[in-house]
Amino acid sequence: MTTTTVTAPPATAAALARPRPARDTWLVLVRELRPVVRDPFTVIFSLFQPLVFLGLFVPLLVVQTGQATAEVLTWFVPGVLVMIVLFGTGATGSNLQYEIMFGSHERTLVAPISRSALLVGRALKEVVPIVVQSLVIVAIALPFGYRADPLGLALGIVLLAVFGVGLGSLSYTLALKTKSNEWVFWAVQQSLIFPLLILSGVLLPLEGAPGWMRAVASVNPVSWVTEGERALLQGELVSGTVGAAFLAALVLAVLGLVVGIRAIRRSD
Amino acid sequence: MGVNRGGMAPDTVISTDKLTKRFGDLDAVRDLDIEVRRGELVAFLGPNGAGKTTSLRMLTTLLPPTSGSARVVGHDITTEQAAVRASIGYVGQGSSGSPAQRVRDELVVQGRFFGMSRAAAGARADELVDSLGITPFADKQVQHLSGGQKRRVDIAIGLMNAPTLLFLDEPSTGLDPQSRANLWQHITALRAEHGTTVFLTTHYLEEADRYAERVMVMDAGRVIADDTAPALKASLAGDTVTIEVGEPHEAARAAVVVEEVLEARPTVTGTELTAAAADGARRLPVVLRRLADDGVLVTSATCIPPTLDDVFLALTGRTLREAHAETPTDTPQGGPR
Ligand SMILES: Nc1ncnc2c1ncn2[C@@H]1O[C@H](COP(=O)(O)OP(=O)(O)OP(=O)(O)O)[C@@H](O)[C@H]1O
Ligand SMILES: [Mg+2]
Repeated sequence: MTTTTVTAPPATAAALARPRPARDTWLVLVRELRPVVRDPFTVIFSLFQPLVFLGLFVPLLVVQTGQATAEVLTWFVPGVLVMIVLFGTGATGSNLQYEIMFGSHERTLVAPISRSALLVGRALKEVVPIVVQSLVIVAIALPFGYRADPLGLALGIVLLAVFGVGLGSLSYTLALKTKSNEWVFWAVQQSLIFPLLILSGVLLPLEGAPGWMRAVASVNPVSWVTEGERALLQGELVSGTVGAAFLAALVLAVLGLVVGIRAIRRSD
Repeated sequence: MGVNRGGMAPDTVISTDKLTKRFGDLDAVRDLDIEVRRGELVAFLGPNGAGKTTSLRMLTTLLPPTSGSARVVGHDITTEQAAVRASIGYVGQGSSGSPAQRVRDELVVQGRFFGMSRAAAGARADELVDSLGITPFADKQVQHLSGGQKRRVDIAIGLMNAPTLLFLDEPSTGLDPQSRANLWQHITALRAEHGTTVFLTTHYLEEADRYAERVMVMDAGRVIADDTAPALKASLAGDTVTIEVGEPHEAARAAVVVEEVLEARPTVTGTELTAAAADGARRLPVVLRRLADDGVLVTSATCIPPTLDDVFLALTGRTLREAHAETPTDTPQGGPR
């Protein structure tokens, strides 16, 4: 351990004080992705839960509906992809909350980077696990007779990505608001995620549901996204259902980013 | 010490004007009026909950003040936050490295945040990894480091941009003696080579005593003393002079002499007399000579210079240790788990 001469200081303060949102967002995005790239198995491990749903729900649905496995999968797989986003991306705020308590979030707040980049970079990072996990789930379903339209799958993943950016931003916002109160974060998160999931027809069809349930489901953006996802994976690329799904996802993304950026600007 | 906005003296790095932070009805920091000059090393001292971290968080733009204002490196902390952030280094009380990130990656990213090229950031990171003894764990994830290793990483992150003003919130907490010495070696070198201004908080009194030119003592949100350590000690605490005489009946006679020479009334317990006096080291020989002339047998004599703890005692009527015991719970925002 020796003391060495310190190299010349970097860019001047004046230059650093100028906003560079695109560059900052890129730096944050790459930084957030680095642990994922260094340890890709974390992305695969988090597939455990959706696989359990796939493995346990599909046989049940086969028995109850009397349909063939492939047919049930056609209905169920798109829902599982939406579920991955709900559970995975919807919980991503807990990582930020841990960093808020750990101290590393504070350090990034003092760094000369744009605060909105701190949020947008993190939200965009969510796209990567969504893409990887969706492809893995579809690949696992293939041997059981599942088939997805390739172009529809590509568009379906784009839809999930947009939806994920919105949901991830909202999850980060919740973390920024609840700060070190972990249990508040989880209480709010869980009490929103489960109704959103059940009232979207992901696990069970809502066709025979009571009227009030269908009424709630009709304003639930998750059910719009799920419907759109089902249409896309079956090769229905241009339709009202698909348009409505993209609209719902986009509105959620814009809303999430707007409230998220406001929250991180006020973060202390 | 108000702020003459716009016309801040060229070598003033920090100046605050009635800077105040209120949390609910708690005045965490009240009317902070300080001025720090380029190249100074200022130690902020005070018990848990005194408001040290809150002050630092306001000066580093992390926390908006409730009222008052401050300029840091020539920029207003509320209206020119970006400029302030671009000019300072900050090592918070928590951990700077993100738990899932590898140490070296975090250092490089920090350099990139400060506009360095990838190559320059890499070179600087290597330099700090080497000189702060981080090499053995440079490729580990931050969450797998020991407390002291984490602290060294925090300091390396804070030094990445070679700031002209460095804020350190309890930098040496958790470090072993060798790492602490190494940290101080770094701070000393930084100041010698770049004239870096260092503003730090510490609970280690001997650190403030040994390295800081200026000591500010904070208690319950207010700065209650601001001077050099020797001046504080001389004016507030004085040396502790202890004399032991051979026979209990001689103690009373000795007490008269001690009071006369030291200008302080000694406390007598059996054959022992204790008094606090400014300049005690120079007056003690006079006491001894006078007692020898009077035929009083002195068996031992000591003169102990005051510590900053004595200063705190003189200022508040309680020792730092007692003050710490009063506030066992301390959960600053963003602090470690
Ligand atoms: N975000 C906050 N909300 C409410 N109260 C706070 C907040 N941050 C700090 N406080 C309170 O403000 C006071 C000053 O806290 P601060 O963290 O500045 O103390 P400190 O001098 O740094 O103490 P320590 O030596 O323990 O680090 C404390 O009473 C603390 O509980
Ligand atoms: Mg503190």
